[in-house]
Amino acid sequence: MEKHYTDSKVKGVSTGTTILAAIFDGGVVIGSDSRASIGGEYVSSKTINKVIQVHDRIFCCMAGSLADAQAVIKSAKSHLSFHSVQMESPPLVIAAASILKELCYKNKDELQAGFLTAGWDGKKGPQVYVVSLGGMLISQQVTIGGSGSTYIYGYVDAKYKPNMTREECLQFATNALALAMGRDNVSGGVAHLVVITEKGVEHVVVPGDKLPRFNDE
Amino acid sequence: MLGEAEPQWLSEEVKTGTTIIAIEFNGGVVLGSDSRVSAGESVVNRVMNKLSPLHDKIYCALSGSAADAQTIAEMVNYQLDVHSMEIGEDPLVRSAATLVKNISYKYKEELSAHLIVAGWDRRGGGQVFATLKGLLTRQPFAVGGSGSSYVYGFVDAEYRKGMNKKECQQFVVNTLSLAMNRDGSSGGVAYLVTIDEHGTEEKVILGNDLPTFFDQ
Repeated sequence: MEKHYTDSKVKGVSTGTTILAAIFDGGVVIGSDSRASIGGEYVSSKTINKVIQVHDRIFCCMAGSLADAQAVIKSAKSHLSFHSVQMESPPLVIAAASILKELCYKNKDELQAGFLTAGWDGKKGPQVYVVSLGGMLISQQVTIGGSGSTYIYGYVDAKYKPNMTREECLQFATNALALAMGRDNVSGGVAHLVVITEKGVEHVVVPGDKLPRFNDE
Repeated sequence: MLGEAEPQWLSEEVKTGTTIIAIEFNGGVVLGSDSRVSAGESVVNRVMNKLSPLHDKIYCALSGSAADAQTIAEMVNYQLDVHSMEIGEDPLVRSAATLVKNISYKYKEELSAHLIVAGWDRRGGGQVFATLKGLLTRQPFAVGGSGSSYVYGFVDAEYRKGMNKKECQQFVVNTLSLAMNRDGSSGGVAYLVTIDEHGTEEKVILGNDLPTFFDQ
């Protein structure tokens, strides 16, 4: 039978969600939808923020079991701030991603959580890292995750260009999230986006009625 | 280690995996498909043409179980020949789609194949019909197969009403290329069929001629 399943049926515990992170010229955009659902039948929250700040210029999005992800992030935040005090400087993005990776890898039998980490640091500028379910850590220019991500692989492959401007990247991220929310029934609500650059951090929230609309709606 | 596991193609059902797409333009239709046939993890045919003629100007795109899809296409080809002789002229696309739908619906528990029917006739011009699980619906374009999940976002964003023949062909090739890059069950070459009032044109686009994207 052809595969029309979303990740949530295949893996069993994926958070119904769409998350995304992309590098542009001078910074990085990280974003997610805002729906929390129970079994794909009941929307338990329409406005939950899945983008968590772990340090001044480093943010995370979680995928997989929400409980596991929250526990890991809490532990990672404290490791990271201690590390930052020891080094007497803001932490590198790869430090945050590595801490998450260590926790995921060492406890891989008990945990089912993956992360997108995005941020800016003085050494390498804007970066995006993916920590997968088993604890693999890789760096990418653009990455998507969650059950809704299946539907936008084609769109992201086609439309992402390296070195876009901030406005182009924001539009790209908003479009991608809107398309995924349009097709995945466990993603929806508003689009939460965070833009991180050397100068600072900016939160952008695009409410449902301001999301871009495509032909068939 | 005593004895090796047998190759999967001996024990697994043969599926077409696949990405298929059909789109109508003013005056005709374009159909497209990949060419991979898999049995479990083995690729048993890397050059299969999944666009099957039902009549001179009506084609269908096959997905799901290879055997089921081919059988439905052959049965409808025969029924359509008989029908067109009875009415004395070329059949309507809607007639072909209805014949496919009848078989899909009647045997929906036993069959697992999805056919997209598209073609040109004098009365309605270019038309695309989806027949998933026994439903019959006319659409401006339709995608199907395992690879289609990955390109829903792309086709939602890129489809515009009133595209001409060349734009439709480019749209189909781009969509197939993106899906083949992401879906393990789709790959190989891309087959394209363009049908309009002047005739039917079949085309093959080899792997290295397919469009590439920023990470390739």
